[in-house]
Amino acid sequence: MPLIENGHPVEDRFIRVGDDEALPDGAAVLIGVDRFLKEAEALRGRQAPVGIIWPNNRPIGEIEPFLGQLSLIALVFPSFRDGRAYSQARLLRERLGWKGPLRAIGNVLRDQFLLMARSGFDQIEPAKEADAAAVDEAMETYTVFYQPTADGRPSLLRQRLGRVAAQE
Amino acid sequence: MAAPQQQKLKVHGPVAVTANRLTDGVVVWRTPDHGWSVDLNDAAVVTTAPEAIALLAAAQQSDIEAVGAYVAPVLLDDGHVLPGNLRERIRVAGPTFELPR
Amino acid sequence: MYVYDEFDRAFLAERTAEFRDQVGRRLSGALSEDEFKPLRLMNGVYLQLHAYMLRIAIPYGTLSATQLRRMAHVARRYDRGYGHFTTRQNIQFNWISLQDLPDAMASLAEVGVHGIQTSGNCIRNVTTDQWAGATPEECDDPRIWAEILRQYSTLHPEFTYLPRKFKIAITAADKDRAAVKVHDVGLRLHRNEAGELGFEVLVGGGLGRTPFVGKSIRKFLPARHLLSYIEAIMRVYNQFGRRDNIYKARIKILVHEIGAETFAAAVEKEWEAIRDGALHLSDEIIADIRARFLYPAYETLADQPAELTEALKDPAFATWHRNSVTTHKQPGYAIVTVSLKPVGAPPGDATADQMEVVADLAERYGFNEIRVGHEQNLCLPNIAQKDLPALWRALEAAGLATPNVNLVNDIIACPGLDYCALANARAIPVAQEIAKRFADLEKARGVGRLHINISGCINACGHHHVGHIGILGVEKNGQEFYQITLGGRADEHAQLGTLLGPAVSYEQVPGLIEDVVDTYMELRSGPQELFVDTVARLGIEPFKERVYAAH
Ligand code: SF4
Repeated sequence: MPLIENGHPVEDRFIRVGDDEALPDGAAVLIGVDRFLKEAEALRGRQAPVGIIWPNNRPIGEIEPFLGQLSLIALVFPSFRDGRAYSQARLLRERLGWKGPLRAIGNVLRDQFLLMARSGFDQIEPAKEADAAAVDEAMETYTVFYQPTADGRPSLLRQRLGRVAAQE
Repeated sequence: MAAPQQQKLKVHGPVAVTANRLTDGVVVWRTPDHGWSVDLNDAAVVTTAPEAIALLAAAQQSDIEAVGAYVAPVLLDDGHVLPGNLRERIRVAGPTFELPR
Repeated sequence: MYVYDEFDRAFLAERTAEFRDQVGRRLSGALSEDEFKPLRLMNGVYLQLHAYMLRIAIPYGTLSATQLRRMAHVARRYDRGYGHFTTRQNIQFNWISLQDLPDAMASLAEVGVHGIQTSGNCIRNVTTDQWAGATPEECDDPRIWAEILRQYSTLHPEFTYLPRKFKIAITAADKDRAAVKVHDVGLRLHRNEAGELGFEVLVGGGLGRTPFVGKSIRKFLPARHLLSYIEAIMRVYNQFGRRDNIYKARIKILVHEIGAETFAAAVEKEWEAIRDGALHLSDEIIADIRARFLYPAYETLADQPAELTEALKDPAFATWHRNSVTTHKQPGYAIVTVSLKPVGAPPGDATADQMEVVADLAERYGFNEIRVGHEQNLCLPNIAQKDLPALWRALEAAGLATPNVNLVNDIIACPGLDYCALANARAIPVAQEIAKRFADLEKARGVGRLHINISGCINACGHHHVGHIGILGVEKNGQEFYQITLGGRADEHAQLGTLLGPAVSYEQVPGLIEDVVDTYMELRSGPQELFVDTVARLGIEPFKERVYAAH
């Protein structure tokens, strides 16, 4: 599947590695949370980047001690109707100060791309080929937003007061 | 709650497969030639659970013409097919009171 | 009235375009029904027994004449010439086709009307008192705060795919006409001892399969913190609300399972982290929203003008006046309830013609404003008392002046099995038949205030748990049966009704209700003791004995 970063197709340099597979030397890897937590100490010394898949039923606050050793965080939408990862994304960006790449994976569909971007995801892994092609359209569906969030788009409450500047 | 799509399939007597047409929601019935008809008399009527399951499975293959397919009871009356319970009677004939005008 | 500005209009246009595109993708097969369904629901589009249904929001129950007229147009052009007002300050069209929906929505959007978030697992249309801004009982206009919440919750990126739907209601009067205790979040706007505006926050109320009265988790939240506090509640719910079982996914179950105190502690903790952030409502923001509400330019008038005194000599007018007219905060004005419950008609239905009559009357006599209440009646909130006689004649001519507001035949009923795909049993014909038994309004007046609420299934759209008499349709061996509850109420003393006894058949319901009412008439301590009060005093036993002995 193509990967979209900030609205543009990019190559995915992270290799997804299962819990029982060996980690390929020198390559960026994306691994599950259980493996990561078990091997966190050893992974600290790893030369190549490590990314984590954080499930949506695990409190996101628990990731905090490990943020320094992560190069990518992927949050999961088991179904597009399960919106827990939106809260996790906002907490990561706004509370825990995560500035690195934040990826939406799972049942990621175009009608939710914009919500994801507004919640702080900068990478999207579309579940459908056709959706990847429609990313521009999807992101431009709306030009006005009512509520302030972390994505820097101005919100209506502020615009009404003439303060078009982006949120902190 | 009682949406038939969510219920376990029980077949006592004749049944047909029904759904709503995607474009306008009109009630339709699965026909023997794998199409849909707005006329209950065109419906494929079966009487056993395996037949009903097969009919339903075929109907659910595609959701582009009709949506929410399920198995509904019908009555056979002198060559005519009639809805088999109150819900289906209402789906065929509309609300049971006079509509506002 | 809140006046939409260019931002609101741009948003609505974009929303309509998005839905048009989604319908196109659905019809082409690019979207499956499973993918499309949540998208259409979030625009108020259901698939019912016979057709698609469009549910349109009437935010905090306020409509302009122009908007109501446009609804009449949509009813005629795209539907079958009528609409159904619901218990949630919405209107529903029952016969619309998917292909027509984008055009119907575009037509509505032109006048600032939409179905956004009237369904789906998101924050729904925020409801409030239909007398807001007009009744003398309020400390502030709750619609200001409902509008702030509307803006905040519209397409909220974080809270569009919650575990389940989420309903917020606000009241600013001591008499609660918004049923705040049976909402996911209920907000009671009041002033503290220092005179500051703030909210009591209740969570976890709701009806449905597992009814609960909401629990107060904060007695006083300064109004400027409204959004951050709501965001904290939503965030706790979004992360920890159950998603494994649709029947346990509402916030009331979370609150019940972990306890209101634990829930409140989690909310307070989250709130601490965000209370002074971007959601803080500065005085300027509040003033800006407040300024967008235009209030009528009331004239200086006296109460009880000569025109009114004269007209009150006509007993028919006097009866209507006593029943349907209420005190206004402004001298010389009145609040008028327009009954959508003519005896024998489907409760809450209005024809396109009737909508136009009400729109005309609102223009002529009522500063363009119409309200919709959860009792499925309309309301003209700003009528000069001197105009009441002329207004009454016009309403009467359109079949809109049945003087039965709050009486036994002012029945609240959901669409039930005549329309609804989830129903077990019919609700509307049951209401019609009961109303006919009390067609003699003299008799109904003798009975006094009595709310009958009917739901066609446990989803409780007819709010049967909080009806003074509640009627719930169930299914037994493929037949329609009904459970009767007594003593529920939705007001500031909110309480769930008590089951009277075994369910009875469709045919038995009207007679049974008559028996219940007769029993009350015999047992009440006097005409001043309302039905609910008699039930509260005596319990259900005396009713049970009488009713089941007879059947
Ligand atoms: S209570 Fe049940 S039958 Fe009535 S409208 Fe709601 S879902 Fe439908």
